[in-house]
Amino acid sequence: MTDLAWIDAALTAARPQALGALLRYFRDLDAAEEAFQEACLRALGNWPRNGPPRDPAAWLIFVGRNAAIDQVRHRARRQPLPPDELISDLEDTESAMAERLDGSHYRDDVLRLLFICCHPGLPATQQIALALRIVSGLPVRRIARAFLVGESAMEQRITRAKARIAGADVPFEAPGPVERAERLAAVSAMIYLVFNEGYSAAGDDTSRRAPLCDEAIRLARLLLRLFPAEPEIMGLTALLLLQHSRAPARFDAAGGVVLLEDQVRTLWNREMIAEGLALIDKAMRHRRTGPYQVQAAIAALHARASRPEETDWAQIDLLYATLERLQPSPVVTLNRSVAVAKTLGPEAALALIGPLEPRLSGYFHFFGVKGALLMQLGRADDARCAFGQAIALANTAAEAAHIRQHLDRLAPDPDQKRD
Amino acid sequence: MLYAILCYDSEDVVCSWTKEQDAAAMARLGVVQRKLAAEGRLGPVARLLPTTAATTVRKGAEPLVIDGPFAETKEQLLGFYIVECESLDQAIGTAGDLARASSSSGAYEIRPLAVFRPGDLGA
Repeated sequence: MTDLAWIDAALTAARPQALGALLRYFRDLDAAEEAFQEACLRALGNWPRNGPPRDPAAWLIFVGRNAAIDQVRHRARRQPLPPDELISDLEDTESAMAERLDGSHYRDDVLRLLFICCHPGLPATQQIALALRIVSGLPVRRIARAFLVGESAMEQRITRAKARIAGADVPFEAPGPVERAERLAAVSAMIYLVFNEGYSAAGDDTSRRAPLCDEAIRLARLLLRLFPAEPEIMGLTALLLLQHSRAPARFDAAGGVVLLEDQVRTLWNREMIAEGLALIDKAMRHRRTGPYQVQAAIAALHARASRPEETDWAQIDLLYATLERLQPSPVVTLNRSVAVAKTLGPEAALALIGPLEPRLSGYFHFFGVKGALLMQLGRADDARCAFGQAIALANTAAEAAHIRQHLDRLAPDPDQKRD
Repeated sequence: MLYAILCYDSEDVVCSWTKEQDAAAMARLGVVQRKLAAEGRLGPVARLLPTTAATTVRKGAEPLVIDGPFAETKEQLLGFYIVECESLDQAIGTAGDLARASSSSGAYEIRPLAVFRPGDLGA
């Protein structure tokens, strides 16, 4: 690996810690970002010559903080800065002091940084955009592309979000245990949203959005490294890995949706599955069940089945029932109906989703599932009607095309035959 | 004489590699491995999953299971086993047997493997 590639990876890895600590010093996102940029520039000049420091994040925090303080002094005194060579000669002292920086603050710093991005005053899309910009350091151009908006529109959105946060009363003190638990939940949800933004993309869109899934996984891993004994974060990380492991099999060459049971399972990423399974196994030993763990456990049962027929649907049904208790939602019940259809048959599944219709009358997947169940029961006309509603509610062309395939499989519509 | 060559690196950095960076590193290592294999000098090769996937069994009269790895820096890596296990529970059981058999202080860290090549030695 070249120096530059290594430094690039090291800067990306150190970014959340370094930026989090700089934010603690400056209490201002823009100032922290500027200081971090300056530190990165100096790292690019310095590390190839002197070798990478033992703790890149500590180095960047120290150098970034001093550079910003120098700037303030410089402006105050109107004196020229010492030449760059002189600053570089201080390298040995700098790194020695950087080594002494207290690493125990990192955890709260990063948590605070993530928490600021998922400020409840911001809409979800702004939370995601801000996290991707501030925590991950993704260029605005790439974030804009993922959200399918222009670069200047995204720039504006991020600026507005920052202004909103600057105006809000954001606490900078280390959070207490209760508040920390709340923050962890908010941050986990934000990471989950980043992932979904990438995951829910249509087939023709996946290459553009898949990096969001990778980034969400990176953030989840980071959070897990900060809180290595939190089962829900193990569960979240496992869930994202297990879902993303199926990415290469989810769409066909034409960008069409491939259902789980039709996916070529040898395309699934075994390494991600192995890590996901290891994490969910570990999480379950804590006996502190949470929604992410249950969802990961469901994904794990799919991952463990090498053929669709080997899927343990009874266990999946039980897990969905647990999820309904932990996090009641019509969408969870809808998902459970798929497992119920496999274990008790389509009739029972249809009875389960019947009461959901008033609340899910605008939900594409509701009518997709309903149509599929009716089709299994041989009620072609009712199925056709449900599929028609699904198409009307489809979010992407791929979704609509997928439902049309179902319609094609049904017996031809007698009304159409008369035409 | 056989030598173990243990790989240490910054996990923060390695986990930040892009897929392309990771694949490039693995490809370069593959070149070295193929040369060693051709010379009949390559034994088992394993890549471990990240430390976040680890579990630690601390030695003691009743071995203690914790989310690892929290091995202390004063403890050195003395060797390792590669054992086939059906589940984490079974792996913990096996590590517990080892811990009871050698219950000084210390720990066994259970790290799932990402890649395992059994090697060409003794052929």
